[in-house]
Amino acid sequence: MTDVQTGDPLVRLSGVNKWFGSLHVLQDVDLTIDRGEVVVVIGPSGSGKSTLCRTINRLESIEQGEITIDGVKLPEEGKALAALRSDVGMVFQSFNLFAHKTILENVTLGPVKVRGKSKAEAEKRARELLDRVGVGHQADKVPAQLSGGQQQRVAIARALAMDPKVMLFDEPTSALDPEMINEVLEVMVSLARDGMTMVVVTHEMGFARRAANRVVFMDAGRIVEASDPETFFTAPSSDRAKDFLSKILNH
Amino acid sequence: MSFLVDNFTLLRDGFLTTLSLALLSGLLALLLGTVLAAMRVSPVLALRGLATFYVEAFRNTPLTVIFFFLVFGIVYIDLQFPTKFVAAVAALSLYTAAFVCEAVRSGINSVSTGQAEAARALGLDFRQSLTTIVLPQAFRTVIPPLGNVWIALAKNTSIAAGFAVTDLTAVLSRLANANGDQILAVFAAVVAAYLIITLSSAWGFSVLERKLAIVR
Repeated sequence: MTDVQTGDPLVRLSGVNKWFGSLHVLQDVDLTIDRGEVVVVIGPSGSGKSTLCRTINRLESIEQGEITIDGVKLPEEGKALAALRSDVGMVFQSFNLFAHKTILENVTLGPVKVRGKSKAEAEKRARELLDRVGVGHQADKVPAQLSGGQQQRVAIARALAMDPKVMLFDEPTSALDPEMINEVLEVMVSLARDGMTMVVVTHEMGFARRAANRVVFMDAGRIVEASDPETFFTAPSSDRAKDFLSKILNH
Repeated sequence: MSFLVDNFTLLRDGFLTTLSLALLSGLLALLLGTVLAAMRVSPVLALRGLATFYVEAFRNTPLTVIFFFLVFGIVYIDLQFPTKFVAAVAALSLYTAAFVCEAVRSGINSVSTGQAEAARALGLDFRQSLTTIVLPQAFRTVIPPLGNVWIALAKNTSIAAGFAVTDLTAVLSRLANANGDQILAVFAAVVAAYLIITLSSAWGFSVLERKLAIVR
């Protein structure tokens, strides 16, 4: 497998191996993501794509290999790890908005607690971001009062409030009702257009075609194939990818 | 019922002693128990081990034995509490903290892991994510079990009567001895005084529970 890389690398995984007990969930994974690049990771369930995404901010630890972000090796724990995580935005499948905080507080919490911004400054920026993702008028509600699609857009705003270098999306639309998927994807597409570096684990092939610079296909803990979306969807090189695509695209 | 009027001061002082024993010990147990719960979920093995040892040691020892040790035992290691009241507060807090810890820990475990993951992903460290995200949600779910612990504590204060603290139970035995002909009335008066504490707090806890409920 060859990576066709042009720009400067921001996230680099080399020789990454991880086991869950005896299950080898990530096997010799090498992946470099350039600044401004949008990488979509697809694959059957259990292929390790979510785990891969979660290793990048060390929500999952790895047993072998190295992950660097902006040239800095991921610290194992403590303040250094917290500091690095603050530069990596993460959007979860189940939104994970803080249930006891208002929408506005969800977005200001990181900037205030981690970045040390003043409350007024953080709120001003939070309102801008909430407007940008189309939920500005919901700022004073609590998460449970919002629809899934709205909650996920708030989660994106919460991540953006930290001015991250890279954003990780771990199946951001998988828990959404069908009619809410597009409102979240639209926000993600606009982020991609604005040059955000993104790693997106998803089953949304439409998003991959529209916004990805590169599609990474995983199976059984390995990266089987990585190419631009056009090539991947029209002429996948591996049998495994052909099989996977035939199953998901034909109905 | 004249003894009630005659012994009003004694009853009132006993009531206030019981109430302050419970309040002081409750507050200290809440603080210590929360710290212990935080230790029990911390990533540091030594802290987890220490807190687990504490909990098992104190919740499995009869409270009376802890009282005996703190009032009489520690004299042999050249320590002594300034008053019997302080010793009673210490015994009650140390004992109750073990139960508070387990209640709070169950609350921490009831907060979905995604909440802590989201906090960590934002760059909050362990202490920040615990104090700003996990504990505030955990406390809301543990109000009913903490109410149980508190009521048990309020009644456990009666053991202090055996160690020269003049609480409600000490007043009971004194009044019962002096008013043998009205013993049922004496019991009724003392039980009523306990009920003032326990029933009003049960009501307080249910108000708190409704006020702090999180919409999920």
